[in-house]
Amino acid sequence: MGEILRGRAFKLGDNINTDYIIAGKYTKTLDYAFLAEHLLEDVDPTIAKRIKRGDFLVAGKNFGCGSSREQAAIAIKYAGISAVLAKSFARIFFRNAINLGLPALVCDTDLVDEGDELELDIETLSLKNLSKSIPIPVVPLNKIMVNILREGGLVPYLKKHGDYVF
Amino acid sequence: MGKTIIEKILQAHTKDEVKPDRLIEADIDLAFANDITAPLAIEDFKLMGAKKVFDPEKVALIPDHFTPNKDIKSAEQAKLVKEFAKEYGIKHYFEVGRGGIEHVLLHEEGLTLPGDVIIGADSHSCTYGALGCFATGVGSTDLAAAWALGKLWFKVPRTMKFIYHGKLKRWVGGKDIILFTIGQIGVDGALYRAMEFSGDVIRELPMDDRFTICNMVIEAGGKCGVIEPDEKTIEYLNGRAKRNYRIFKSDPDAEYEKIYEWDLSELEPQVAMPHSPANVKGVSQLRGVKVDQVVIGSCTNGRLRDLAIAAEILKGKKVHPDVRVIIFPGTQRVYKEALKLGYIETFIESGAAVSTPTCGPCLGGHMGVLAKGETCISTTNRNFIGRMGHKDSYVYLASPAVAAASAIAGEIASPEEVMKG
Repeated sequence: MGEILRGRAFKLGDNINTDYIIAGKYTKTLDYAFLAEHLLEDVDPTIAKRIKRGDFLVAGKNFGCGSSREQAAIAIKYAGISAVLAKSFARIFFRNAINLGLPALVCDTDLVDEGDELELDIETLSLKNLSKSIPIPVVPLNKIMVNILREGGLVPYLKKHGDYVF
Repeated sequence: MGKTIIEKILQAHTKDEVKPDRLIEADIDLAFANDITAPLAIEDFKLMGAKKVFDPEKVALIPDHFTPNKDIKSAEQAKLVKEFAKEYGIKHYFEVGRGGIEHVLLHEEGLTLPGDVIIGADSHSCTYGALGCFATGVGSTDLAAAWALGKLWFKVPRTMKFIYHGKLKRWVGGKDIILFTIGQIGVDGALYRAMEFSGDVIRELPMDDRFTICNMVIEAGGKCGVIEPDEKTIEYLNGRAKRNYRIFKSDPDAEYEKIYEWDLSELEPQVAMPHSPANVKGVSQLRGVKVDQVVIGSCTNGRLRDLAIAAEILKGKKVHPDVRVIIFPGTQRVYKEALKLGYIETFIESGAAVSTPTCGPCLGGHMGVLAKGETCISTTNRNFIGRMGHKDSYVYLASPAVAAASAIAGEIASPEEVMKG
């Protein structure tokens, strides 16, 4: 904990659905590295190769709409993405990301341009745009999500606590 | 201030106080998954250290997406699901040949009932709200937690009410109502919200059309859709319900975040154009769009009434020479009924292929994948880029009536015209 994540921003538009994040035809496997290789393939066939560990996905509104496939959040996480930032999230994706320990944060993503250097403090969830030298206010997660994220996801959370804590 | 039906259902399943935006922990009546989402949930369930499911009667497993197994990878996934069902004593496991598409099957089996709290690891789990329950889609990890604990946390959704007045024209039904609604409010128009459907039009609608409406609330970002139970609901459940159930209704002074009210008397059949379910126009505005493939079926429109409408239009007619038509009954029972009623023969005589129940083509999985440049009119629920195949293919969403009419015309066509012609 207390980890600081740094990386570049990959900008995406509004309503990026889970079919775009990982196409249905790739969902019949638990091979996470394979999923990551096909991340956002129909939107930008080169993006999976260009993403480096620590980078951020920065989207518009309703990110992750459509299918409940958790493979979408898995593909993002195993591609090495630090966090997904969006103006709003579709609710199933939002829960899936947090359940996997992948920060999904609501903020004004117009404050970020393609390629900007971003920094996220995982403990406090405070976000900075280093390229523009500005802090980016983040909408706080609810307390359950904060607890789950702190433990690195729902599986490690339940292993430790055995139940939900309100 | 009164409560909505969704607030009352949630309150009956939790010790916490139910109010919009509050976090609650609710007991689960049914938690199910398919061959894409279950393997991940099974992995998580074991990693959590869970030794047994909270109640084997309240878990269902339905291999339907890449089944009958498309290839070795999908066969391995389906095998995992089957073995888990055996190992953990899951009674409601539906093998190929005895099941079908989950969201047509579970209500048909009487496993989803009014007043229930239901979660499914599939976004179209919102379908069951048509029976007057709270039903929503979750991811695999949330599902695994519910299998272990028998409960899950929720944020209580605010409710939006949709009231439809008037009398529908011939060939206009549930699919047109939900496409029209999504077209009006957009793909995030009901984000995180419960969508309550009501009015004269809904009361007149058969159950199969009501399922179609609630099935697609996720396409507007909705958390759940709901229709208050009435005599049609009770008739549907007679001889089918596997448990006792409770009927809830919204109070007259319930609080709604927003109320939409429309008169649908003049509504024509609706079509969602590529690449968004909200990109909706009336069928008359799309005449002349050539189609290569027609798909009739899916969790949205694979019920008996859907096939009855398609058969009525295709009877005695031939599919256009340039078009391939693939029809998927939603379940084995729907298939058998359609066979008895002569629909299957009508389809085959018209030149359509009839497939065993599967989700295959809807998600570009198998059994009807599109090539580059191809156009499909489909009764499914999503038309995103690449959804049914190549990223340069085009999907139009419509009702079984419009899909069947288009199959004959070889281009997008209204049922009225085709029946006249």
